Amino acid sequence: MLRYIIRRILGVPFLLFGVASVAFLLSQSTKGDPLSALVPERMMNNPEIVSAVKAQWGLDQPLPVRYVIYMKNLVQGDMGTSFNTRRPVARDIADRLPATLELVTAAMIIGTTFGMGIGLLSARFRYSLFDNAARGFALLGSSLPIFWSGLIMLYIFSVQLKWTPGTGRLDARSTPPEHITGFYSIDSLLAGDWALLGQTLSHLALPAFVLGWSVVGIVARLVRSSLLEALSQDYVRTARAKGAPERVVLINHALRNALIPVLTVLGFTFAYLITGAVLTEAIFSWPGIGSYAVAAARSLDYPAIGGVTIVGATAFLLANLATDIAYAWANPRIKVSG
Amino acid sequence: MASTSPRARMRALSSGRALFGRLPLTGKIGVLILLFWAITVVSVQFWPLVDPLMMAGRRLQPPSGAHWLGTDALGRDVFSRTLHGAAYTIPVAVMVVVFAVVIGSALGAIAGYFGGWFDAVIMRTADVTLSFPPILLAMTVAAALGPGLPNAGLAMIIVWWPIYARLMRAQVLEVRTREHVEAAIAGGAGRGRVLVVHILPLCWTPTLINATMDFGQVALLAASLSFIGLGAVPPSPEWGSMISEGASKFYSWWIAFGPGMAILSVVLATSFLGDGLRDIFDRRGPQ
Amino acid sequence: MTAAPLLEIRDLRAAFRGPSGFVEAVRGVDFTLNAGEVLGIVGESGSGKSVAMMALLQLLPAQARVSGSAKFKGRELIGMPQRQIRHILGREIGCIFQDPLSAFNPVLTIGAQIIEAIRLHDRKISKRAALAQTIDLLASVSIPEPERRAQQYPHEFSGGMRQRAMIAMALANNPSLLIADEPTTALDVTVQAQILDLLRRLAQERDIGMVLITHDLGVVASMARDISVMYSGRVVETGSADSVFYDTCHPYTRGLIAAMPSLESVGTLLTPIDGTPPSIFDRPQGCSFAPRCGYALPACHETDPELRQIGTTRAACLRAEEIAAGTVRPTAPLSESLPV
Repeated sequence: MLRYIIRRILGVPFLLFGVASVAFLLSQSTKGDPLSALVPERMMNNPEIVSAVKAQWGLDQPLPVRYVIYMKNLVQGDMGTSFNTRRPVARDIADRLPATLELVTAAMIIGTTFGMGIGLLSARFRYSLFDNAARGFALLGSSLPIFWSGLIMLYIFSVQLKWTPGTGRLDARSTPPEHITGFYSIDSLLAGDWALLGQTLSHLALPAFVLGWSVVGIVARLVRSSLLEALSQDYVRTARAKGAPERVVLINHALRNALIPVLTVLGFTFAYLITGAVLTEAIFSWPGIGSYAVAAARSLDYPAIGGVTIVGATAFLLANLATDIAYAWANPRIKVSG
Repeated sequence: MASTSPRARMRALSSGRALFGRLPLTGKIGVLILLFWAITVVSVQFWPLVDPLMMAGRRLQPPSGAHWLGTDALGRDVFSRTLHGAAYTIPVAVMVVVFAVVIGSALGAIAGYFGGWFDAVIMRTADVTLSFPPILLAMTVAAALGPGLPNAGLAMIIVWWPIYARLMRAQVLEVRTREHVEAAIAGGAGRGRVLVVHILPLCWTPTLINATMDFGQVALLAASLSFIGLGAVPPSPEWGSMISEGASKFYSWWIAFGPGMAILSVVLATSFLGDGLRDIFDRRGPQ
Repeated sequence: MTAAPLLEIRDLRAAFRGPSGFVEAVRGVDFTLNAGEVLGIVGESGSGKSVAMMALLQLLPAQARVSGSAKFKGRELIGMPQRQIRHILGREIGCIFQDPLSAFNPVLTIGAQIIEAIRLHDRKISKRAALAQTIDLLASVSIPEPERRAQQYPHEFSGGMRQRAMIAMALANNPSLLIADEPTTALDVTVQAQILDLLRRLAQERDIGMVLITHDLGVVASMARDISVMYSGRVVETGSADSVFYDTCHPYTRGLIAAMPSLESVGTLLTPIDGTPPSIFDRPQGCSFAPRCGYALPACHETDPELRQIGTTRAACLRAEEIAAGTVRPTAPLSESLPV
């Protein structure tokens, strides 16, 4: 297992290399002049800019040379310049990444908390009314198109009930807290600004719930089935024979073992959350890299799409790697026999 | 499959009916929902509905007797548009699943059976493809190819084929070691013949179950791409782009309601059906 | 024998839901165990011996239906609320299971699991004191280096050491009753003897009553004061160990003895019992053992005999007297080589 993990870690650079190559090839296969993928139309008749871009990206060179240049730029953190913002894509992404991470983290917390709770109670009260209702709730979450459920929730909770504020990370007139982590919730907490913290959380609540709900089903289903599996094991009978109350049996014994397979699903969940975040951000005008990617896709801002894709794939790969390591760490049988 | 003898057709029909009978209630509901949409796709243009592309009444009307799901920002009937939308999303999803299954399975089967450098190339390509979050890869490809439903479909095939390649490869590797295969090889059957006649027929079950489960997800991704603006282009009543229009006319919730429910019904139906099929076929491993 | 027995079981029944209604796996069994004594329950797998014990401890799946009476120190266990029986399990009654690898939780250390057993019944004890007790317990079951061993996981123990740890855990709260369900079945023969010695010594030292469940008559022969032989959910022969061995009345018991390796049988063929026990879903009419029995008469296939006093043992067989007296010889399927 240890060997497997080392192999996985060594594999990441190769996969990233592959990802970057795919992104390069796609940027080359855009229709027409590759220049049009790098220079916005309105700047096309400015010869200075055109020649500067041509030199930077080696557009006069043959494809293999362009590829080397692309990779060299990428390694130096240069993903090109966005047509929309006219800023380096890397800087755009760096500015917007914290917003996405805050949303995805909150959604992950909500999704796994609800998912584990529902899975746990479903396994404990199997085939009861609760079990069926909870599974229905979870299934609905993973079947709803998030760009629609977000819209409906926004309509219900913001427009009709007025429980939550509208879109965005903050009210229109508020200024964000001093940048420390980039997570508004943590930064406003560190600044001791309670009003701002409340505002941040109330803005975060609805999109994070909508996004988290979409993974509740995956987590709940796995927790339930692996708990039921664990509950049928001999060591559960041993625990009961020791006089352990059902709560202790469930949490200390069954859940401890059931969590090991659940860990593996977290990486998988993360993929769902990235996909969902793109759409959720678009609905909630959340200024993260998801809404950036959607805006870029709508206006065919190729450097921006390529940059987000590479960053997203990197995050995805690292999440899966972290899952594998966590899995090995949680399972004492693997840790020792490594 | 394309058998012309009436008896074979009868047999296929009755085995289909028997299969339906063994599905749990939710699976049966799933089949009926999918059947409804299939019928809608092929026959919707003959239904007595108002033209989905023409103004049918006043703009932004809430649901009423005349317009069951209201009207949109251009005064078009949302109910009619929702039903017509099936003819966009569902055929695309079908095509994507069919091509992804065929291409992925073929590559996976050859990779698994022959191994060597071909296997290495195919599987590393699959690894890289699966390293992308699906929507980002689909967005990048669709953007590179330019907007439009066919291009979005192509993008989704690129996203989905590796899943089936991996699945089929694992199946082939497993079946390859069975005795009847070794016997066939010992008996002098050609490599290609062994693969097609003795191995592949035993490998389909997991692929078909997965394809059923994926169908809803593919439909969802197709709608997502249209929602972003990379799939169907206006004014076509594709579900995702209808929801996108609804999002810009936020207070008229009904514009997005019909297409949203339609997508939900397709996704739920396929996961019901997929679960049911898995319960029937997948009692611990294929066959 | 004036005090109330430690464990008194009367007409215990346990049924599971089958394809067509409930099916009894245990069909009305009686056992009595006095403090400090050892009761051996012998039978093939599927005879209902483990199910009977798990039933009275309420350790069967919730769907199982249990009836009858099981009095532990005068308290009725059958139907006792979960909340109450929890204070008895692990404190007054300890359990040892067949496969100590699967019976221990794989992700917790051995020490943590024994500490849990102590602290479940003694809320006030500190973790450190519980750890000290755990180390003493491990030492008392002759586990070397108990401090280090307590921090290891079950998979790091050998089979024999694991079963010693299981015994230590069962004894953690000084129970007065120990239920050992096939404690040596999963172990090597040499280790088996050590574990049995350990159990015997501990039971004597601590005056523990023990129910020893096994399929191996040899295991109970050296340990039990009384033996009950179970077949297809019923007791077919019961009595003191000596009488069951030397005044055997039931053909099934005879078969078990014949199948037992011993010093005298070295060089001769061991005789297995032909056939397999009936499934609980498909029991024959009459005596359940009749289809495999060399003594069976036509009447055996019609009536299911009750337990009767035959000499020094009680047996459930129509021909018990003749068999005890040695006036009949078996026909097929039981072989001629039975010691008569």
